[in-house]
Amino acid sequence: MVSALGIQLGVVGVYLVVALAIGLLAYRLTSSDAEDYYLAGRSIGTVVLLFTTFATLLSAFTFFGGPDLAFRAGPEWILVMGVMDGVLFAILWYVVGYKQWLVGKVHGYVTLGEMLGDRFGSKRLRALVAGISLFWLFPYVMLQQMGAGEAIVGLTNGAIPYWAGAAGITVFMIAYVVIAGLRGVAWTDTLQGLFMLGVVWLAVGWVAVAAGGPTALSNALATNKPEFLALGGGLYSPQFIISTAVTIAFGVAMFPQINQRFFVAKSGKVLKRSFALWPVLVVLLFVPAFLLGTWAAGLGISVPEGANVLPVLLNEYTPVWFAALVVAGAMAAMMSSSDSMLLSGSSYFTRDLYRPFVNPSATDAREAWLARIGVAVFATLTFVASLFRPGTLVEVGDTAFGGFAQMALPVIVALYWPKTTRSGMFAGIIGSQAFYLAHVFVPPVDLAGVTLFGATYLTWDFALWGMLLSALLTVGVSVLTVAAPEENQQRFSEGIRAD
Amino acid sequence: MTRTRTDYLWIATFAVLVALAVPWFLWGDSRVFAGLPLWLWWHIGWMLLTAAVFHLFTRRAWDRGMGEVSN
Repeated sequence: MVSALGIQLGVVGVYLVVALAIGLLAYRLTSSDAEDYYLAGRSIGTVVLLFTTFATLLSAFTFFGGPDLAFRAGPEWILVMGVMDGVLFAILWYVVGYKQWLVGKVHGYVTLGEMLGDRFGSKRLRALVAGISLFWLFPYVMLQQMGAGEAIVGLTNGAIPYWAGAAGITVFMIAYVVIAGLRGVAWTDTLQGLFMLGVVWLAVGWVAVAAGGPTALSNALATNKPEFLALGGGLYSPQFIISTAVTIAFGVAMFPQINQRFFVAKSGKVLKRSFALWPVLVVLLFVPAFLLGTWAAGLGISVPEGANVLPVLLNEYTPVWFAALVVAGAMAAMMSSSDSMLLSGSSYFTRDLYRPFVNPSATDAREAWLARIGVAVFATLTFVASLFRPGTLVEVGDTAFGGFAQMALPVIVALYWPKTTRSGMFAGIIGSQAFYLAHVFVPPVDLAGVTLFGATYLTWDFALWGMLLSALLTVGVSVLTVAAPEENQQRFSEGIRAD
Repeated sequence: MTRTRTDYLWIATFAVLVALAVPWFLWGDSRVFAGLPLWLWWHIGWMLLTAAVFHLFTRRAWDRGMGEVSN
């Protein structure tokens, strides 16, 4: 058993060293100004942009939560991921992402709040967008650290305690984010994305061969879990599939680390190529990952309380070193999303809160240093929170996608409709956040046969109603109010260039 | 920003791509083909088709709806 533990730690260790080496290499190319630190000088190419966004999208969910869900409820989650990340998000990649890239290039924006604040001539709007983003981001990073700590406990059978695993990952991430900035993050993400893709296909091949081929596996499913082969049923109603796919896709586009990616492409060509490759990449990763969970259900794998199905399945059908490689893949997934979240979170803080309100005359070099300190402080705070696991924060983290989704429609309206006013933006953003938060925290109340603050209205998720409300408020209040003199109504429509 | 008929055609195409990524017409169907559920094969095929249409969009219609973009 000692040797198995040695192999497991060796595999994970080698992986971490390679990632750090890449971070150091990127550091040698990074200059000291803020635009280079956050946005790698807007010089990211197709493969790196695609994989860095992709790796950032993937959290621990791909390897743990997703296969667990498929194991318990059936493989239809593949469809949710396909619609959400492969089609809807690709369209948002164009509608939100390409537009932001065009606008950002002309005016030099680094964050979403900066872009909106400039368009609507409002420091307060800028701070509001940054504040809401940080509110949802913080607990989400904490969840990633909790996942990393638990993965290490699971891998080593408790030989390394939870706090040490989470602390190790935190220190490691701070090191290469602080050193290398976005260029380092993007490069390691590319490595991590390729690694995850490779490992998940090897796992599928290995398990399929060891268990007698796909036909034998589907026969086992037909015997043990016949309902898993039929489309729909159980958790998966049409309303559930649609609500989940829509809220997560729009939420993803507003997540700071994803949204900031929209500003980094070297040229329009890069965005074009990545756009068409999205559906393929999503199928390549999620079909095998979730099939593994589904097959485990057919094979009658028993998963101990609190454990994840994927390591259990792999330990049964593949050698020790390979199972360790997959856990390293999972850690790669967690780190590649957390590192980007740390970097973006810190840039929201320094650009949108510190600079406009505390020290408007801060130099670029000072801002870049402050950003690095911000990364360290942010990561340390989320780590400390992950040790105590306050229930409220866990709940906020679990509902973060819906929270971000509430900002998406006001932003889209602002990008495309020059008559949007500052008051409209405030109404849409604050109104929908209040609605959404009330539904997360206020317990359901029955009022004359209607359930208020429940999970759904007319069988549709409250997050979807919140989005509708955000659009209605933004458009409605904009129609009723007049633009303030310091608003720049033509900011997003005139003078944009694609070359 | 006036919309042309081609704009609406693309919007409709995207809507169809979103709507049929889930094979709603196979709801409850449990037929299996080559070891995987039939509905999963539909989804995989549809995603490949989506990638092809997206590629066509980047060739033919990129910059549509972005306002006046000078190249």
